[in-house]
Parts: sequence; C-alpha cells; structure tokens
Amino acid sequence: MMHQELTGCASLATVPAMTGYHKGTRRSGWRGYAAAVLVGGVMALSGCVSVAAPDKPIVIELNINIKQEVVYRLAQDAQKTVAENGDVF
Amino acid sequence: MKIRNGFLRSTQAAVVAALLLTSVAASAQRDPAYAAARAAGQVGEKVDGYLGVVGNQGPEIRRLVDDINIKRKAIYFQKAQEQKVTPDEYAFSTGCINMSNVAAGEKYQAPDGSWQTRGAGPAMKHSNCP
Repeated sequence: MMHQELTGCASLATVPAMTGYHKGTRRSGWRGYAAAVLVGGVMALSGCVSVAAPDKPIVIELNINIKQEVVYRLAQDAQKTVAENGDVF
Repeated sequence: MKIRNGFLRSTQAAVVAALLLTSVAASAQRDPAYAAARAAGQVGEKVDGYLGVVGNQGPEIRRLVDDINIKRKAIYFQKAQEQKVTPDEYAFSTGCINMSNVAAGEKYQAPDGSWQTRGAGPAMKHSNCP
C-alpha cells in the first residue's frame, strides 16, 4: 500500500513488465516512452533549484590589492598630508 | 594696565587673524591653471591617488597633470617610508581623501574606473575606503 502510494503518480503501473497485462508481448513502444517522460517530469519537478536574482545591483570595482585595515590606519595621516600640500591636491 | 590689556587683545586678534589666513591659504594654494582645469572637468581625481587626464586633452593639460603627479608621488614615497607602508598603499589611502575633496561639477574616477562628474551627492568611493 505504502509502495503504491509512493510511486502512484510516477510510473509503476505503466511499466508493462510489472503490470502483468502483457505477458510475453513486451511492448516497449510509446508506453515506455510516456513512462520515461513522466518519470523525468516528476524528477525535474522535485529536483529543481530555484535561483533568485540579487536585489542589489552587481557592482564591478577596480581590482585594488590594498587591505582595508591599512587604508583605515593611514586615513588620518593622509588627511594631514592633503591639507599640508594644498598646491598639488 | 589698560594699555597692556589693549596690547594683549590686539596681539590675540593678530594671532587669530594669522591662523585664519594660513588655514584659508592652505586650502586655496592651487595654481590657477590647475584650478581651472579641475573646474572645467579636463582633469579628475583617480582611485589610485593620482590626478588623471579626462578624455583627450592638449599637451598643456597633460604636462600639468604629469607635474602634479610627480609632486604627489614624491610626497607619497616619503610618507609611505615614514608610515612603513608601500607607496601604493599610501597613495590609495590619500585617493580616498581626495574623493571627499572633489567639488560639485569636478570629475572623479568611480570605483568601476569610469569618469564621473560629482553632482549634489558625495563622490562614489571605492569599497576599500573608510
């Protein structure tokens, strides 16, 4: 019972070899194909990965190999340098 | 006593005036040609801490930019040595400060490398800037 429920919507009953209706005839025409499509459809439904677009725009920045901590440490001194050299900044 | 007080007050006033004058002078020491090029958007502040030529400009502008950058480089190298960092690190850190000093209408290099004109809002800084 449990087994039937699990595979009910998939393909168990439509596989000729397991239904027992077509003993010896082995019809593997469109029925088998339909079963494969069904199984494939179920697998695709259950195994789909949802990808959501990011809410923030993607920003491309210049590749700067300077660590933030260094920049933060130098900020005050840099400010002083700019103020002292008003002619070139 | 009265005379002495008056003398003290006038000296104080003179000192205050001198301080005010030097602070104004420090912020307005730019060469007129450099100031004009900035205002006209012919030159702009770059992310790396140096001045850049915006678009195609004549030899005078390019020479002006080279001249300023040579002076900046000398300052960066000296200060970097004092702070025990690389000149590029010091230059980039100063570049962050320069972005804050870009006036409305002046050009600056956005974090993506494109030239932008500063509008009403502040100039866009690189994400590594404080």
